Amino acid sequence: MSTYIPKVQSKKGQLFDSLFILVLVYVSLYIPLFLESDSKSASDTTSSQVISWESLNVSPVEQEQWQKLGFDETAAAEIINDKFDYTIDPVMLGITALVIIGYFIFMLRVSESQYREVIAEKFGDKTSRSEQEEQR
Amino acid sequence: MSQEASSQSQRISMLKVLNPFHIWALGVGIVLVGEFMGWNFSVAKGGAYGALIACWVIGLLYSCVAMIDSEVTSTVAAAGGQYTQAKHIIGPLMAFNVGLYLVMAYTMLEAADALIVGDLMAAVASATGFHDLSPQPFVVLTISFLAWLNYRGVFMTLTVNFVITLFAFLAILALFIGADPLNPGHILKHSDLLTELPYGWIGVVAALQFGMWYYLGIEGTCQAAEEVRSAGRAIPLGTIGGILTLLVAATLTWYISTGLMPWQYLGQATTPLYDAASIIGNPVLQVVLFIGTMFAAIASANGCINDAARAWFSMGRDRYMPTWFGAIHPRYRTPFRSIIFLIPIAVSFAFTGLLDQVITFSILSGLLGYTFMSINMVKFRKMWPLDVIKRGYIHPFHPIPAYTLLGLCSLVYFATFLGYGASLLSIMAFYIVASIWFVKRRYQFVKRGDQFTMPWPRPKGY
Repeated sequence: MSTYIPKVQSKKGQLFDSLFILVLVYVSLYIPLFLESDSKSASDTTSSQVISWESLNVSPVEQEQWQKLGFDETAAAEIINDKFDYTIDPVMLGITALVIIGYFIFMLRVSESQYREVIAEKFGDKTSRSEQEEQR
Repeated sequence: MSQEASSQSQRISMLKVLNPFHIWALGVGIVLVGEFMGWNFSVAKGGAYGALIACWVIGLLYSCVAMIDSEVTSTVAAAGGQYTQAKHIIGPLMAFNVGLYLVMAYTMLEAADALIVGDLMAAVASATGFHDLSPQPFVVLTISFLAWLNYRGVFMTLTVNFVITLFAFLAILALFIGADPLNPGHILKHSDLLTELPYGWIGVVAALQFGMWYYLGIEGTCQAAEEVRSAGRAIPLGTIGGILTLLVAATLTWYISTGLMPWQYLGQATTPLYDAASIIGNPVLQVVLFIGTMFAAIASANGCINDAARAWFSMGRDRYMPTWFGAIHPRYRTPFRSIIFLIPIAVSFAFTGLLDQVITFSILSGLLGYTFMSINMVKFRKMWPLDVIKRGYIHPFHPIPAYTLLGLCSLVYFATFLGYGASLLSIMAFYIVASIWFVKRRYQFVKRGDQFTMPWPRPKGY
């Protein structure tokens, strides 16, 4: 196999490539702000209720620890009533699974063909080498 | 200029000055901040017991990572760690992706660490009467100072890390002793504060995502492989010693915190161990925990700069990224251009105001890297069986750790989907677009044969 001679990249090209990957990172950081499906939601609204430690279902020891941390019942209620919603959207789950599996399949397949080029250049072409050995 | 840098890097190599203690300091230093803050978000996701299960399940995941990493790195002793492994075992595109996982995971973790230092300084200022002090200059100062330390040499960088990491670990031990664990009910009130699983088992699965914080980054020990005196000895000793230290620290952290704070508070606390010291009411412990928290964040940022720069440097050296980054400082023997280049990037990540998103990006990049490791290990043993090349360390029970790791990674993807589904998809989109870009554009600059530098025989099946 002939040795691959790579292109030499200009300074401008190097700068462009460095910036490209950075822009890509920032875009992916900001995309979720537009797609946000935050699973957190305050399920119990407490604003219209009278809040007491008893209504928060807090034991005396828990109440003591909350108070040591500097929280009264109103401040504690905001945290206690903030709950997660773990409802699963099966379509989104399926899409996500497909994306992750597809990504790895794509990467492994392309890597495999690139790796064969690397090995062929490093160790020589296997088929031609074995043919030469047979002829000897 | 770039060619000059490339040829220069071939002439000048990094100094081989590190020992197992430095490797321990690098791995534990990056991670230990996760015990001081971050792990506790798993309590919000699944309750106190959910967080404990997450601690152990993710501990198993990282034990697999440490075993696999120790074997492969003790054989592939080169800067870039898992990136270099991927290059030799799977192929260029995988290596490019692994390099990006490493750079993104560490640079974003570094940004979060620097934010913690800034917030702690602002809190101290506020407590001493200087209200409204902006944490931002401290963020810049922390990153710049640590980058300077990294620029000047790896020996000093990791010796500093050893000292401050050891202090932070001892601070956790001091807190444990100060909590009087031999007298349950006196200070620690587990029987009153521990509750049943608030969200059932789905909450436990969701907790796995933040359970990663207990150990995230331990695999960074591999980045120093080119700079240790004996890779076959130092990497396994430092890495496995590190994971054992973290398992102890994580269990103690959970035990102390859940015995002092209601789980709802703990699940959203910014500095849970410092809060624990405050509840105990011992001013000396409070000071020790404050310094410990600060040191843990600085050690983590320091280790992250070290690792991200080496991964970026390695990609530059191999032309996966511009060759300009592949230079080693002629005097200090460090990847100085990569260190400098990543400073403004880390600062900008810290200032995006998207801390949640930045942390998720870091965790997911780590997770993608662990998925790679499981595939990598299976291929490594197939392509070069044990009797073909000498390993510095051979991990037991192969292929059980590799398959266990793959299974646990799948579970954590699901956990991430439960909490940050949109972020997960957007981060995957980043890696997919970057992969296509590599295949279509960057790969033309890569010298094929130069991608295999180990003195190994031809791999089986190729």
